[in-house]
Amino acid sequence: MKLNCKHVWEHISEYIDGAVAAQLREDIERHLEHCEICSAILDSTRNILVLTADNRTFELPVGYTERLHERLTKEMEGSEEDSDDK
Amino acid sequence: METKGKDETRLIARIVAGEKELFHELIRPYERMVYLTLISIVKNETDAEDGAQEAVLSAYRHLGSFRGDAKFSTWLTTIAINEGRKRLKKAKGKAEDSIEQQTEEREGDYTPAPLTDWREIPLEALERKELREALRRAVAELPDIYRQVFTLRDLEELNMEETAQALGIGVNVVKVRLHRARILLQKRLVPFLKTTAPARRGLFGRAV
Repeated sequence: MKLNCKHVWEHISEYIDGAVAAQLREDIERHLEHCEICSAILDSTRNILVLTADNRTFELPVGYTERLHERLTKEMEGSEEDSDDK
Repeated sequence: METKGKDETRLIARIVAGEKELFHELIRPYERMVYLTLISIVKNETDAEDGAQEAVLSAYRHLGSFRGDAKFSTWLTTIAINEGRKRLKKAKGKAEDSIEQQTEEREGDYTPAPLTDWREIPLEALERKELREALRRAVAELPDIYRQVFTLRDLEELNMEETAQALGIGVNVVKVRLHRARILLQKRLVPFLKTTAPARRGLFGRAV
């Protein structure tokens, strides 16, 4: 089937996840071969996801880990005798 | 993955049997995930950190009730989501609708923004701090239901089923929300990308 751009956009997320059926995948890829606009949209969306998964983009507050484990240690010590909640 | 799961199951069994301090080890790979889940709901750093601590403590206290039928990560994420929702409800007061009642808007433009010169943007542009900052802001500004799905799927890298399970929604709903979240981000970041790279002229200009 010949796809138009709008059709490709509707499936872009699933396409990135590799979750489209084989035939549709083929149709999308044929479209991408000649469509600069859709190729650019696909590339940019993919790159945003790469950037999202990069640990430097979403950072934890400084000292988060230390404070968390400190609190855990306190909880463990405090619950030696009394294992019930609260 | 298989071995990791088995090691984890063994670790959990030892903790439940009394080697409490091993919980530090169990939770370490998931600390980041717990915080990101909280910040996707409460949107305030202090509250997110407090909530993350509470969620981890709750997981520690209730580890004995963890049944191996879900993955530990999914179980933990569910606890984190509940903690976040509890805080949000408290902050908003009872007058507001709970977040569970939010649904997809029928209206809205979920078509991506075209950009013709994306390939001309040097790879180093992706390394720019400004771009990360813009992405953080764009994610924070997504509608809540889209941001939560996006966080679990693309930031914490849970799969579709795990995301659906953790949020208590159907897989198809996850798909729709994820698609919209990604498109909204693409649209938001395109203008930014266009201004970060000097435009180059010519059809074949991209060959560097």
